[in-house]
Amino acid sequence: MAKVLMKGNEAMAEAAIQAGCQAFFGYPITPQSEIPEYFSRELPPRGGLFLQAESEMAAMNMVMGASAAGGRVMTSTSGPGFCLKLEALAAMTLTRLPAVIVVVMRSGPAFGTMKAAQEDYRMCGNGGYRVVTMAPSDVQEAAAMVYEAFDIADQYRNPVVILADGMIGQMMGSVDFDRMPPRRENLPAKDWALRGSDSRGGKAQAILFPVGTAHYIEKNIAETELYPALIANETRVESIGVEDADIVLAAYGTASRMCRAAMETLKGELKLGLIRPKTLWPFPYEAFEAVNPKCKAIICPEINIMGQMIDDVKIAAAGRWPVSHVGDSRTDFLTPDAIVEKVRQVWKEVNA
Amino acid sequence: MFRNTIIVAGSGGQGALRVGQMIAYAAINEGNEATWLPSYGAEMRGGTANCSVVISDEEIPFAMVSQPGCCIVMNNASLAKFQAAIQPGGTLILDSSMVDAPVERTDLRVVRVPADVIAEEEGNSRGANMVLLGAYVAACGGISMDAVCQNIDHSFTGSKAKYAESNKRLARRGYELVASQGN
Repeated sequence: MAKVLMKGNEAMAEAAIQAGCQAFFGYPITPQSEIPEYFSRELPPRGGLFLQAESEMAAMNMVMGASAAGGRVMTSTSGPGFCLKLEALAAMTLTRLPAVIVVVMRSGPAFGTMKAAQEDYRMCGNGGYRVVTMAPSDVQEAAAMVYEAFDIADQYRNPVVILADGMIGQMMGSVDFDRMPPRRENLPAKDWALRGSDSRGGKAQAILFPVGTAHYIEKNIAETELYPALIANETRVESIGVEDADIVLAAYGTASRMCRAAMETLKGELKLGLIRPKTLWPFPYEAFEAVNPKCKAIICPEINIMGQMIDDVKIAAAGRWPVSHVGDSRTDFLTPDAIVEKVRQVWKEVNA
Repeated sequence: MFRNTIIVAGSGGQGALRVGQMIAYAAINEGNEATWLPSYGAEMRGGTANCSVVISDEEIPFAMVSQPGCCIVMNNASLAKFQAAIQPGGTLILDSSMVDAPVERTDLRVVRVPADVIAEEEGNSRGANMVLLGAYVAACGGISMDAVCQNIDHSFTGSKAKYAESNKRLARRGYELVASQGN
């Protein structure tokens, strides 16, 4: 299949189907509604199940059920729906059930507006658990990450979140489905799956929720085995020109694309580097060790107020460089111009 | 290396978003890169509907266009909204049968195309956007008329297939009008 032009939302849905997604449960919300629309059109004729649930919460509980039955399953939503899915997501981390959850962020708090935003960073892993959280920055990468997420979820028996935003969902860009990541071999058999009968290769019944001491055993396994393995094997980052940078930008998703535009504008004025986490958890702290020791500052552009990822950037910077936020203004969301202005301001301050 | 940054703006239903998509599709089909980004929100209902398009032979850093090199404008409100944002010396393509407000910028290359009148002449009153699409190819390039016409064939299928020939004719008329003006 050659390069085609697709909306980010549609490309993510197509990638999921190509990755073997067997069932999708969802509930409409802008700016991700093209995902359930695409599944509703494409998945049944290709042998899968599409179901529009009565609510986000119900959809997520259906995902849990279908995953427990051994299926490759997915749901998608935006911030206002994601918070409703967290209860079931947390349960799935405790019971170790794989699934893929696509979150196409929009501007909050609460129902907010339809504009793209990056405000759900801290919603990916509350309540004593962690999930691999992938952050695409264009349509090709959004498709590739969804495609790979199913394998990651199955390999580790843990849900994977794709944290996209309204711009990636709504924009059209080129995508080549021949350039998907390689399928992982030797994924563990789902011998824990509830398939109704032993003869179908699964169990007829099971109590999935560990209680009492078993609860602490599960959490200990997560801390000592699962999460270290995810950190060691699944941390992803892109770094551009950080070794000799005067200032380093740290941003993910659409904000990182804004950084690329700002870097073009500032070419010749000062040396800018970029650290773009492709996984937000595990966070690529190591990438900051390559930053020029003479770098003067780190700026963390995010499409929000106050910043969220900035906390992890500060941990990574470990006091070696001042870290500052630039985000939404009084009139608009973050723009490349706002990043340019912030860089110039910080550059002036550090040279004063 | 080339990079064309385009905003297409009109009122809902004029086909501004479609023109942008057609430019992006043509660029992809010719092996180049393209992004298309609609403006959404309250603007969807009445007012202006617009989209950002970037086509390039290299990776595109960011899909949202704030200072277009080319702006295709289909009504007065869109002219008022985007005129100031166009790059110095940039191109402004106007549907002159819809836009009667004066262009205040003096540094722009203004291409006036009576797209609605031409579309009416062809008996395809909803095809004015195709005239502007052709005008864009002649004025700014980056895509060929062959790619545009192939894409029209590809896009208008089923119950809409009957519009394909007429839309191609309209796109060619827009192209020839601008090409013959030599600007």
